Amino acid sequence: MHADAQRLTLGRVALYALLVLFALYYLTPLYVVLTTSLKPMDEVRAGNLIALPQTWTIEAWHRAWNGACIGVDCNGLRPYFWNSVRMVVPSVLISTFIGALNGYVLAHWRFRGSEILFTALLVGCFIPFQVVLLPMARLLGIFGLANTTAGLIFVHVVYGLAFTTLFFRNFYISVPEELIKAARVDGAGFFLIFRKVVLPLSGPIFVVCIIWQFTQIWNDFLFGVAFNGGQQAPITVALNNLVNTSTGVKEYNVDMAAAVIAALPTLFVYIVAGRYFVRGLTAGAVKG
Amino acid sequence: MSAVASAIPPRSLRGLADEWLPRIVLSPTLAMSLVFVYGFIVWTAYLSLTESRMMPSFDFAGLAQYARLFDNERWWTSAKNLGIFGSLFIGISVVLGLLIAILLDQKIRTEGALRAIYLYPMALSFIVTGTAWKWILNPGLGLEKLVRDWGYPNFTFDWLVNSNLSIYTVVIAGVWQSSGFVMALFLAGLRGVDEEIIKAAQVDGASLPRIYWKIVIPSLRPVFFSVLLILSHIAIKSFDLVMALTAGGPGNASDVPAIFMYQFSFNRGQLGLGAAAAMMMLMTIVAVLVPLMYLETRSARSAR
Amino acid sequence: MASLTLTNIRKVFPNGTEVLKGIDIGIGDGQFLILVGGSGCGKSTVLNIIAGLETLTSGEVKIGDRVVNALPPKDRDIAMVFQSYALYPSMSVRENIAFGLSIRKVAKDEQEKIIGRVADMLQIGHLLDRKPRQLSGGQRQRVAMARALARQPSLFLFDEPLSNLDAKLRVEVRSEIKLMHHRLGATIVYVTHDQIEAMTLGDRIAVMKDGVVQQFGSPQEIYDGPANLFVAGFIGSPSMNFLKGKLVSSNGSGVSFEAVHQDRTVPLPLKSAPKSARDWVGREVILGLRPERISNEDAHSYDIVVDCHIDLIEPTGPDTHVFTKLNGAKVCGRVHPRAPCFEGKSMPLAFDLSQAVLFDPKTEARIA
Repeated sequence: MHADAQRLTLGRVALYALLVLFALYYLTPLYVVLTTSLKPMDEVRAGNLIALPQTWTIEAWHRAWNGACIGVDCNGLRPYFWNSVRMVVPSVLISTFIGALNGYVLAHWRFRGSEILFTALLVGCFIPFQVVLLPMARLLGIFGLANTTAGLIFVHVVYGLAFTTLFFRNFYISVPEELIKAARVDGAGFFLIFRKVVLPLSGPIFVVCIIWQFTQIWNDFLFGVAFNGGQQAPITVALNNLVNTSTGVKEYNVDMAAAVIAALPTLFVYIVAGRYFVRGLTAGAVKG
Repeated sequence: MSAVASAIPPRSLRGLADEWLPRIVLSPTLAMSLVFVYGFIVWTAYLSLTESRMMPSFDFAGLAQYARLFDNERWWTSAKNLGIFGSLFIGISVVLGLLIAILLDQKIRTEGALRAIYLYPMALSFIVTGTAWKWILNPGLGLEKLVRDWGYPNFTFDWLVNSNLSIYTVVIAGVWQSSGFVMALFLAGLRGVDEEIIKAAQVDGASLPRIYWKIVIPSLRPVFFSVLLILSHIAIKSFDLVMALTAGGPGNASDVPAIFMYQFSFNRGQLGLGAAAAMMMLMTIVAVLVPLMYLETRSARSAR
Repeated sequence: MASLTLTNIRKVFPNGTEVLKGIDIGIGDGQFLILVGGSGCGKSTVLNIIAGLETLTSGEVKIGDRVVNALPPKDRDIAMVFQSYALYPSMSVRENIAFGLSIRKVAKDEQEKIIGRVADMLQIGHLLDRKPRQLSGGQRQRVAMARALARQPSLFLFDEPLSNLDAKLRVEVRSEIKLMHHRLGATIVYVTHDQIEAMTLGDRIAVMKDGVVQQFGSPQEIYDGPANLFVAGFIGSPSMNFLKGKLVSSNGSGVSFEAVHQDRTVPLPLKSAPKSARDWVGREVILGLRPERISNEDAHSYDIVVDCHIDLIEPTGPDTHVFTKLNGAKVCGRVHPRAPCFEGKSMPLAFDLSQAVLFDPKTEARIA
């Protein structure tokens, strides 16, 4: 690689300036949300959008977490946060694991019609979910799963399988066929090969899939509000209820604090494992 | 090669297992897809052809619900908004994403950090994004007040509560959330461009902008397709963002089909109408995606 | 160890291509069979069918005296070495070798003994605790072979195992495989596209093309008496020269081949031709002559000397390849490296026609 002496030409300066400008565009909302959440309400009303707090207070955060009124309860976001956790963890794990097995089959144990079935499965990624809302609501009602975490888990698993299967299939295709053949000649069967040969190689794709699924499911709103809008609602539904209540005085700082709380888990995952996130995005998208 | 069933059936247990296990493993997922995707679509389609209101009924109504839909002014508002939002959202995101990707492709020193900054909005829920921008664009306390404090007392930015302009706030927030993702895709595509072609063009004397315009961007065609596919999908499905930002308001000014469908089905007890709205959304996606995919496979094939 | 018999193996892929059109091959216990041919000839498919990794459309596979058609790979008592070695990346060398053994429920201490034995044989004892990614290509090769040896199967299958090695390593490992064959007396089926490997390693060679065995025999049989044009051109490097021309009568009951060089017609006497060759007098035939049979005068016994214009010379070290034109075709000869020859000049070339073969131009089969 020839060492391009990147001289500080006018062009380069303009380039960096432009990039910084864009960075500001993306960062400003975060900044605004954070600062607003750390101001007392009178400062919010009196001051302006981007001013730093003169009095730093985490009162709004307390309220958002513990005391804000969402619907009829005034327990803050705390119960809903844990609702989301209880909902997300099984959904991610189940959809990921089933996706892994599916991907394994589609990559190395193809049978007549398996490709068609895969395409049919993929179509499920593209439908607008509005078109399954009504029947699903009815189904959950019949089984007594309406407004429950369990029902929501079920929904997320069902509709997450297309993506997880896609991820794993694309990854497992790069596992050489000869490895599977060797294991078969060695005498291993379907599950043993998966457990001892394929699974140990799957670290990276598991990370990508889990991160992707976690983000999608934690951030979901549509399924949450349609199927689980009550006591066991996920945090996104609670946040929307909180922010959009038209009764009483609007406490913008609490709203902002609540938004940050709702965003923290996925933001944290992004900061820690960001490049896997990107890998997931590009992997799924490039195929699409 | 995987074992394909042949004229001589394997009689041993292991052979049988190896032949049937893959099918057995895959079948739950396929069954679920069959029922919960295709089956449900059929159910919704059927529902849209009935008189259903609060509860699903089975009185066949033909296309009456669709007629009511097309008669409904609010539906047309939402469709128009989808058109406005969709085209602006996709157009601006693509241009912005491509621009930033090209800038980042210039061997920037802090590329990793910058990329992380541009992309983080994708990690947020649309509800969070909507909430944040709702505050920023708050008439009276948000952007408007900020600019006024800076010395422009006549500056107004009440788009959020302005019937004609509220849909554009959704564009702003949507672009903010998704352009980073577009950038990531284009950047990956740019990285895949053959260095040697660029060098050949430079030897031929082409300037950098020309190289980008005539060589690099055309080679990004498959990425364009992917981006269009995904952004269209996001736009048509938009529900979360609008709900958080404007709740479809003021009134129904920034209504979108997704909200229309939800409210009529779940809040207003008009299942048949809601189902019709849902089917319209599905058909719109199909109408957009199918030609796109067809074009993509055709151009991919001719490019070989 | 066991014999292997393939009877009328046919394989049709689901999309309709008939990739094997009836393969009949039999080898005895302890023999080394080579399946050789260009890509797409079906040789790997035959191997996969023997292994049980692919099912056949019709026909029979017998290992020893068992018909194994219905058996999965595990029960066929075979071991396989792959082109890419296919070592399990997440396991150490030791675990790689032990994998098949533990599936067969071999006792732990027995496993250790076996691993020790094959490690000694292939000199990989010091590598046992390493992972495949820490090994060189040659080392991985050995581990793959060790894995196969550990199971002491009736039949060894090799699928182009040397293709991924560089030239020098290839020659070394080739000899090792041959040595191994001698020591163990193993029955081996070996697939390759390299005809040198085929000639040096095999007891029996099956030359394949388009799903059909073109010829089956010992290396020397195939070399000296190729059944058709394809086999003749495939085996031997540099490949056999083919001249298209007329067969004429000579000396009463003898035949000669009309060679044309530049403007002269030179009849090449075929003294060793059988009587049946007379049926072809006056007709067009293809003469096959190996390059080593065209040399300089002092090199070997010959039937005729022809002054040929040399178009190109390629010194290879042990000899020099000279290229000329006969009957419009490029002809290669091998002369002593110090024999005087110059590009663009004429040189006397001595033709030894005792091993020449004749082919029917239409059917491409050998006629003499």
